Amino acid sequence: MAYGKKVLDHYENPRNVGVLDKDAVNVGTGMVGAPACGDVMRLQIQVNDDGVIEEAKFKTYGCGSAIASSSLLTEWVKGKTLDEASQIKNTEIVDELELPPVKIHCSVLAEDAIKAAITDLKNKAS
Amino acid sequence: MLTPTYMDYSSTTPVDPRVAKKMAKYLTMEGDFGNAASRSHYYGWQAEKAVDEARSQVADLVGADPREIVWTSGATESNNLAIKGIANFYHKRGKHIITLKTEHKAVLDTCRQLEREGFEVTYLDPMANGLLDIEEFKSTIREDTILASFMHVNNEIGVIQDLQTIGEICRENKVFFHVDAAQSVGKIEIDLASLPVDLMSFSAHKIYGPKGMGALYVSRKPRVRLEAQMHGGGHERGMRSGTLATHQIVGMGEAFAIAKAEMKEESERTLRLRQRLYDGFSDMEEVVVNGDLDQRISGNLNISFNYVEGESLMMAISGVAVSSGSACTSASLEPSYVLRALGLSDELAHSSIRFSVGRYTTEKDVDDAIALVREKVEKLRELSPLWDMYKDGIDLNSVQWAAH
Repeated sequence: MAYGKKVLDHYENPRNVGVLDKDAVNVGTGMVGAPACGDVMRLQIQVNDDGVIEEAKFKTYGCGSAIASSSLLTEWVKGKTLDEASQIKNTEIVDELELPPVKIHCSVLAEDAIKAAITDLKNKAS
Repeated sequence: MLTPTYMDYSSTTPVDPRVAKKMAKYLTMEGDFGNAASRSHYYGWQAEKAVDEARSQVADLVGADPREIVWTSGATESNNLAIKGIANFYHKRGKHIITLKTEHKAVLDTCRQLEREGFEVTYLDPMANGLLDIEEFKSTIREDTILASFMHVNNEIGVIQDLQTIGEICRENKVFFHVDAAQSVGKIEIDLASLPVDLMSFSAHKIYGPKGMGALYVSRKPRVRLEAQMHGGGHERGMRSGTLATHQIVGMGEAFAIAKAEMKEESERTLRLRQRLYDGFSDMEEVVVNGDLDQRISGNLNISFNYVEGESLMMAISGVAVSSGSACTSASLEPSYVLRALGLSDELAHSSIRFSVGRYTTEKDVDDAIALVREKVEKLRELSPLWDMYKDGIDLNSVQWAAH
């Protein structure tokens, strides 16, 4: 199976790889997937006082498409409010990266990751 | 585009130029293009002569009589013919078959089909090193067991089964013994004159012959009978009809003859390369060799780089053509059933890479592969949340994962 150009670009130059302080009140962490399934994503977001995502980091264990999906997502969520970020659909990732049907689950996982990170942040606030 | 270095010889091999050259002589008007079944003229006789010579070459490599060799389209067909052929011919004697969970799909799916037709199949678990548990096999044999089918060398992990011991048990219990030898023939010694084996499948393309060509050894002493699966003109003593593909057959014969002449030297050379490859990885953290390292074919190294997913590693080392047990390389999203049957965790199975070296692999190829893999594994571990957790001393089994 050949990979699309955009997948390769994100895979070879992943954006925003790293770790944020998971204990900080303005950081939300979403960890989704399972090693047994061959992919685990950890997505972290940091919001400013206005509720805008000012920083996003990820680490992903998985195939090239999973890495590319999470890398792309960190780019997209920066500068968005939590509401805006929660509106991102996996299909947008599929379209942008031109993922084949067998790799759609990677984009679903990325959508789950950002939702989990937002939930984590909201739980901390409440 | 620079073509990647080929390190997937267990998957297939290029045709040896000596083989290709010979094959080309059996295609055109100027060559011997005749039908080996044409008994009445020169063209047929020439083709028949070539087919007979090739049959002897194949038989010679494995210590068989040429009359025990049946041409097929490949090891898949040979496995089908052997297993279905025995089951259909001897079903009145019993309907129980024993095989191993790590067999090739050509054996497993054939057994599944027989189950649908009323046969009963026992799929044994291998031991953790990939080898058959002899005692367990013995205790599985029943009064109505007619056939045992075990591969000589496993395609994924390269482990070698003890055919002598297994075959003796089969003979004692009057169970036919079929062996899929696609991955072993031409790489390790096989002497069917002394081995207690009734049927053995061969493929040409795993040892520098053409694809689409194989053979089945059918023992004459003791006599083994098969029900044909392909009906027609009664070729191959009625066991496999269809006009013989002279050029393919000649190619297989030549490949087997070359293997006979060069096998010893070649296996020593590939063993040195495999060892070199393994040495290049052995000091890395969290690296596991899958399958027994000693009872193993010389060219195979199946190795897991823990916390790195196999497909992304293959993508990262795209300069080297290898294969992976990762789910992502298959449509099913299941990791390798062979590695799972060894009791490997899913994540180790997902992290596995099979390197297989062969006739045209050089030391430089191996050194380049080592350097590339080391660099990329490090990079991908930097990207891996599991590696972070491992480094933090977190037991991954203690984590509640959300399976999806």
